[in-house]
Amino acid sequence: MPTFEQIKVIMQKQTVGIAGAGGLGSNVAMALTRVGIGKLIIADFDVVSESNLNRQFYFSDQLNRKKVEALKENLLRINPNLDIEIHDLMLNSNNLLLTFSKVDIMVEAFDKAEFKEMIVEVFQTSKPDVPLVLGNGMAGWGKSNEMQVQNFGNLYICGDNAAEVGLEMPPMAPRVLICAAMQANTVMSIILENHFGNEHNSKP
Amino acid sequence: MNITLNHNPEVIETDYDSITVQELLLMRSFTYKMLIVKVNDALVVKENYSTATVKNGDNVMVIHLMTGG
Repeated sequence: MPTFEQIKVIMQKQTVGIAGAGGLGSNVAMALTRVGIGKLIIADFDVVSESNLNRQFYFSDQLNRKKVEALKENLLRINPNLDIEIHDLMLNSNNLLLTFSKVDIMVEAFDKAEFKEMIVEVFQTSKPDVPLVLGNGMAGWGKSNEMQVQNFGNLYICGDNAAEVGLEMPPMAPRVLICAAMQANTVMSIILENHFGNEHNSKP
Repeated sequence: MNITLNHNPEVIETDYDSITVQELLLMRSFTYKMLIVKVNDALVVKENYSTATVKNGDNVMVIHLMTGG
């Protein structure tokens, strides 16, 4: 097994794109920063609101601030050497590829199902060699064992594929963080498998 | 017709050599609007559901996409 110092050297060379800086995106970024990811490219158009604080990696003194700016500040407090590129913009099928043109691995962290579908269509069509890691189904509480990672070629889908967010099925920290952690863990296993083989970390 | 659907073996009752993706979605009640469909690891976009086919031995993935993140 590699030591954490050896793992960090490998993580340091990687660039990961994160589309969305909400419950999934902010927590995936936090986890990857802690394990020494070299560069993150993060895009989101939103500002931090009170209702975000039940699950997103922001603080009460950051309300009304641009999410990407607040997130950059929080991540640099974990690792001042993180190379982070932020884009304050609403992603669409036209600007998605340009924004994330230089990523090794792409993480989908949108809220709306329509946007999840868009990133799958754009990336799996135009950049089929870039692994794409989705979060799909993490509302509510409990049912930890129904959270899973499915792998179809270069497409990885984390979540229970069942619990859609709604008024009476809110997204909350524990399950959203399980999903975000599964996405970050999948990113790590893709990276480390390329270096150490799958002897030590079986996919996904 | 035998296919693999979401990693599980499935028998599709049909008299034909192949069915369209659209037919498969109806037969297996994939009713959500937002779906990801891959046949043998190639993405099938929505406008091709009625023309893309699934045949014996194919490896098919159908995932419902849901809001939340």
